[in-house]
Amino acid sequence: MSMDYREYILDHYRDPRNYGRLENPTVHVEDSNPLCGDQVSMDLLVEGDHVTAVRFQGRGCAISQAATSMLTEMVQGKSVQEVVRLGKDDILEALGIPISPARMKCAFLGLRVLHKSLVLAGLERPEHADEHDDEL
Amino acid sequence: MQDVVEVRREPRSVEEIRGDFPILSRQVHGKPLVYLDSAASSQKPLAVIEAMNAYYRSSHANVHRGVYEISEEATEALERARTKVARFINARQSKQVIFTRNTTESINLVAYSWGWANVKAGDLIVLTTMEHHSNLVPWQLLAQRSGARLEFVPLTPEGLLQLDVYARLLEQGPKLVAFTQMSNVLGTINPVKEMIAQAHAAGAVALVDAAQSAPHLPLDVQELDADFVCFSGHKMLGPTGIGVLYGKRELLEAMPPFLGGGDMIRSVSLRSSTWNDLPWKFEAGTPAIAEAVGLGAAVDYLSALGMDWVRQHERSITAYALERLQTVPQLQIYGPLTEELRGGVVSFSLADIHPHDLASILDQEFGVAIRAGHHCAQPLMEHLGLVATARASFYVYTLPEEIDVLVQGLRRALEIFQV
Ligand SMILES: Cc1ncc(COP(=O)(O)O)c(C=O)c1O
Repeated sequence: MSMDYREYILDHYRDPRNYGRLENPTVHVEDSNPLCGDQVSMDLLVEGDHVTAVRFQGRGCAISQAATSMLTEMVQGKSVQEVVRLGKDDILEALGIPISPARMKCAFLGLRVLHKSLVLAGLERPEHADEHDDEL
Repeated sequence: MQDVVEVRREPRSVEEIRGDFPILSRQVHGKPLVYLDSAASSQKPLAVIEAMNAYYRSSHANVHRGVYEISEEATEALERARTKVARFINARQSKQVIFTRNTTESINLVAYSWGWANVKAGDLIVLTTMEHHSNLVPWQLLAQRSGARLEFVPLTPEGLLQLDVYARLLEQGPKLVAFTQMSNVLGTINPVKEMIAQAHAAGAVALVDAAQSAPHLPLDVQELDADFVCFSGHKMLGPTGIGVLYGKRELLEAMPPFLGGGDMIRSVSLRSSTWNDLPWKFEAGTPAIAEAVGLGAAVDYLSALGMDWVRQHERSITAYALERLQTVPQLQIYGPLTEELRGGVVSFSLADIHPHDLASILDQEFGVAIRAGHHCAQPLMEHLGLVATARASFYVYTLPEEIDVLVQGLRRALEIFQV
């Protein structure tokens, strides 16, 4: 399987979208990938049944940071119903390159943080979030 | 029991040596494999693969119990392997070589068996900040259970042990000191002989983690006067699943068993048992016979090359790698910059490119296998102020041309990341 670092991935890595913090987020969650030290924290602002704002901060490899940046674009302004349904396939599709098995954890770090946030905000059942949290 | 007498031949060329390793002729991602991760696990020569194969084809049975032909052959194969390993490290007696699964199990064996019998609340255990988790966590567990204290020898900026601090810690009369002979991250070779002598003068028992040194340096346990030495077969051309604990006889004899079960007993009644002699006291259950045979073949292979040749070869490859890597812009090498002070392990970072991204690019575009991560040495990484490094490591089959491919790959990564 060959992964290549496409320009749009490097672009998200160097110039991440929705980067930073929110002043009064509904929920703030951080997580890291103990094996490689990748870190992601995320703020969500939920108003009514929509995620009206999202910000993230992080450090780590290009795959983890670009995937999280892309994920925030899928979240911003969407209904909670839609956001809850975001899964691994959406990340892989957005990355658009084959991800080697060893790098899957990098690719899904942001997704894991998102679903933890949704659970913490009472918008998602923990059992459902667990589906996104299995170790491959 | 017949042993092949080692014949010192003319040193063979690395090209010729590579021909003994079937895996080195495969391709990855359409490129020839450039394997630069031998510090994690080495590749295996045909001699090892075939010795294990032949054992299973002709002599396998359980050991130490059958009175029939092939069980005796299996027992002899296991014990012959033990003798080979004992000679390889210059142990006085074969019975001082205990087969375990790996370095990690060897260290745990000492921490549980010797540790429980000898370490009490308030006792001191001295380690270093460059230890692999496997020479750290077993002592943490022992300290938690016994109430012993752990102290650590820190590093100089160059990545050497601060021996003055070591000397001061010894003044506190530790029960045990445990340190690696070669760092798996920095490559640093520690002056273990002197450190052991100092430990003995202070009344401490000394354990050497030889996971990285046994494969790469001439190792003479009597000359070092080490009390315990631990290493893994899979890093020294042998199979996975077999490791070694060498110990001084008096210490091993005084230690209680580690695991209980078959093979390790002399006699068993319902409520108590008596222990078998060394080394079997510490080898409960059916051992890894084929793996021991494989390890025996591996040390034969290394002895035929000569460990002085192995060290010499790796010194020159390491010197070449240090020189070439320093031509890459924005590349930072960790650890000593002279090959005398280090083994064939080079950790580095490149600009602000995450080591995982580097490793992926090297793998996919160049077929180069390097390690990226914390290398099971998180406290050391913390000391370096890093979460991860990239690491290239070398062995008997590494060619200078492979270093060139690595360097080419690193330059390409700079291009991709436009730094
Ligand atoms: C210095 C050192 N100690 C211990 C170990 C553990 O070896 P094993 O995983 O074979 O038990 C390693 C392996 O990476 C090592 O490099």
